[in-house]
Amino acid sequence: MSSNGIQHQLILDGEEVNFSAGETLYEIAERHRKEIPTLCYDPRLEPFGACRLCVVELEGARNPVASCTTKATAGMVVKTQSEPVEKYRKTLLEMVVSENREVEVDPLRGYASQELGKLTDRYQARTGRFKGAQSGQLHATDDNPFIFRDYDLCISCNRCVRVCAEQEGDHAIAAMGRGFHKQITTEFNGLLKDSSCTFCGQCVQTCPTGALADKKALRAAELPEPLQKTRSVCPYCGVGCSVDLLSKGEKLVGIHPAMDGPANEGALCVKGQFAFDFVQHTDRLSMPMVRGDDGELHETDWDTALDRAADGFAKTLKKHGRHSIYGIASGRTPSEANYTMQQFIRRGYGTHYIDNCSRA
Amino acid sequence: MSNPLSDMDKPDVIFCIGTNMTECHPVAATRIKKALKRGAKMIVADPRKIQLAEMADVYLPIRVGSDVALLLAMAHVIVRDDLHDHAFIEERTLDADQFLEHLSEFTPEWASTITEVPAADIEKAAKLYGAGDKGAIYYTLGITEHICGVDNVQSLCNLALLTGNLGREGTGINPMRGQNNIQGAGDVGAIPSNYPGFQKVDDPESKAKFEALYGREMDGERGITKVKALNLCGSEIFAMLIDGENTVVSDPDRKHCEHALSSLDHLVVIDIFLTETAQMADVVFPASAFAETDGVCTNTERRVQRLRQAVPPPGEAKPDWWIICQLAKRLGFEGFEYESAKDIFNELCSISPIYTGLDWDRIDKSEYQWPAPEEGHPGTPILHENEFTNGRGLFKLVRYRDPAETISEAFPVWLTTGRRLQAYHTRTQTGRSAGIDYLLSEESLEIHPEDVDAWGLQDREFCRLSSARGSVEVRVRATNRSPRGTVFTSFSFNDVPVNILTGSGYDPITDTAELKVCPVRVEALDKSESDAAG
Ligand code: SF4
Ligand code: SF4
Ligand code: FES
Repeated sequence: MSSNGIQHQLILDGEEVNFSAGETLYEIAERHRKEIPTLCYDPRLEPFGACRLCVVELEGARNPVASCTTKATAGMVVKTQSEPVEKYRKTLLEMVVSENREVEVDPLRGYASQELGKLTDRYQARTGRFKGAQSGQLHATDDNPFIFRDYDLCISCNRCVRVCAEQEGDHAIAAMGRGFHKQITTEFNGLLKDSSCTFCGQCVQTCPTGALADKKALRAAELPEPLQKTRSVCPYCGVGCSVDLLSKGEKLVGIHPAMDGPANEGALCVKGQFAFDFVQHTDRLSMPMVRGDDGELHETDWDTALDRAADGFAKTLKKHGRHSIYGIASGRTPSEANYTMQQFIRRGYGTHYIDNCSRA
Repeated sequence: MSNPLSDMDKPDVIFCIGTNMTECHPVAATRIKKALKRGAKMIVADPRKIQLAEMADVYLPIRVGSDVALLLAMAHVIVRDDLHDHAFIEERTLDADQFLEHLSEFTPEWASTITEVPAADIEKAAKLYGAGDKGAIYYTLGITEHICGVDNVQSLCNLALLTGNLGREGTGINPMRGQNNIQGAGDVGAIPSNYPGFQKVDDPESKAKFEALYGREMDGERGITKVKALNLCGSEIFAMLIDGENTVVSDPDRKHCEHALSSLDHLVVIDIFLTETAQMADVVFPASAFAETDGVCTNTERRVQRLRQAVPPPGEAKPDWWIICQLAKRLGFEGFEYESAKDIFNELCSISPIYTGLDWDRIDKSEYQWPAPEEGHPGTPILHENEFTNGRGLFKLVRYRDPAETISEAFPVWLTTGRRLQAYHTRTQTGRSAGIDYLLSEESLEIHPEDVDAWGLQDREFCRLSSARGSVEVRVRATNRSPRGTVFTSFSFNDVPVNILTGSGYDPITDTAELKVCPVRVEALDKSESDAAG
């Protein structure tokens, strides 16, 4: 609904539909579950109108128009799936595909990496002309551990450049050159590390072909198990970005930003995006430990450790009373941990000798 | 935060004070960048020329610990120029006259002598904030980690009350919390002053409620803070249960902390790594981590969100709640018969007024921001829309106080501490994630280039940084981010234990440590020392 709330009408695939001022044909069609293909479109970004895959037939217009950039006006008659536009889309796709080394890429590359492949299947646009898997010209000199720059797969949709500028406000990357020679590059065509890039991974996640890819997730490309997604929340700062945990079998392999996460709406920072290896690090504690007579900590079973821990609290209570026992909870553990901690102290000892780390 | 994150691109005037948001809360900062693009104006007050400062319309490089002086003078100008919101003050606040009068002595000229910022810039900032229709304040630990942390926060509240910048979209007083569930820890009662849901422990009604619930007598007065407890280790406190906190590295005055924990008869630590703190324990329990646990956490905008398990924990590691319950049961405590995180969360909702309208299933889609005081309540994105918690807003008559320690001949330089984008807290997590070292492999001390020369230091070489409590060696980084006479480092690297230096004082009300201000001396190492350090 627009702010003035006035509704207008147009005809969409033979049906009269309402819209409000400012809406694009694509937005209206989306609302009515029309499946218009797109490549350069990302709903979070200003429409760009480069790939022309989203064309629709508009009565009275000589050529099909890009629905993502065309604002609706009252009385328009629009066809989203007519034969001519479908054909036009297929031809466009075939051109794109013929330029690329591969269209089927590992979904570990990024959130949107399957878009081109899926459309290619939908339009049966494999020309057989593409060269098949080859190593391609990677930006091999960029040794950054996070982002794989595989520009053979770039289709110049500019989503990466736009997400960086519009969402991140960082302007770390730019498009250089024009037409077929266009390349996505950094300021001065150098390493990302030397640009203003913060490694937030936003460009990786919006790339529709996998040309920018998640290097860390790709470490798990060879694992045979199916890729699972589990919705959770970033373990770091208080913004509380929603993430999808990527796992294969028992292995945590990567993180996707949740596009519908209320706090982040698809954004993440370098920590939330890439700093997850701590979870399955070999330093993780896997067994309870108790201090032995030799003064060292030794691994033991739960029963022994729990008894020892309980015994120490029982003795302290006896010797020094209720106000000699203190609990410290954490701002990084779930609320259930904090709740049981405070209940342990309150219910167990009747005191309020409980705090958390917010003071430090 | 009084307002939701999604509000952050809506203000006309943004006032960021003591927050290095682009590094500490990057995703929130992207919203500010959008607001600026839309034409919003921004005031930034920070001793360091952080990235936000470069985007600001008015930048106030205040001396560390001088925030109250700045905020008093801004309020002074707003009243002097009649930019305050008379209607709001009349309808929503109490005892404003006294406050307006209190302000009369705090001129920008006076504040300028304390903050070391030109009076004209203070005027500019005040007029900008005062004239905006929607003014929003954002702050972080740069406001709270002072002996006057409470005064700082109250000064911000005063400003917002004065200008009616509360209870509406795009306004508010918005602390950005530093840890993913630090809000939740307070919500659920892991604090000495409140039962779950901010029910005061010294309120007879709450006491009676929980005595009935627990079937035991409860103390009617507040507990002591962690800072006090650490002071009393070995004299009054003899046993501690610490869950998920690396006290030794994250708390100020490390030697004191180590001494405190080692004078306990019994220390039990639950954690995911054998942290410096866990290494001192008698018993260490292995906990499951992020991605291995189901649970709930509450973000900085009071949004209650679910954490979900994707992979199994290593070996025999268990959820924190399970470990605590097992221990409680062995001690014969009642009420720890939970089967799941869901059971616990639902019990929390049933006894906590701010969560009454929530339960485990209802928060599945992260839609709710507390308070949700009754069944069917949609949650509360914006606080104080019609009324403050205690009815009317109260102005506080705050005065400026010097930091606990001020610079002297022996310690002539201000040290301020904070976080960096690529490292988090004590790096138990980011330090163990592949690739993060590529971006940030070691600590450094940020010093203004002219100070580097004046103090006989070399960029990229090690120097010695000393306070009244100890000294550390750290690599010098010459940068204009630091003003002359003030240096900065983070507390994330254990090989540069900055918390050996800090801990000069505590806020008398909250016991929050003055981590943001510490007088130090910076010296070059002599040749043999620097070889050893390198
Ligand atoms: S990682 Fe983020 S900052 Fe770096 S180029 Fe991509 S979008 Fe821009
Ligand atoms: S992704 Fe970054 S901004 Fe978002 S919650 Fe995590 S640490 Fe905070
Ligand atoms: S999606 Fe509309 S032009 Fe690319």
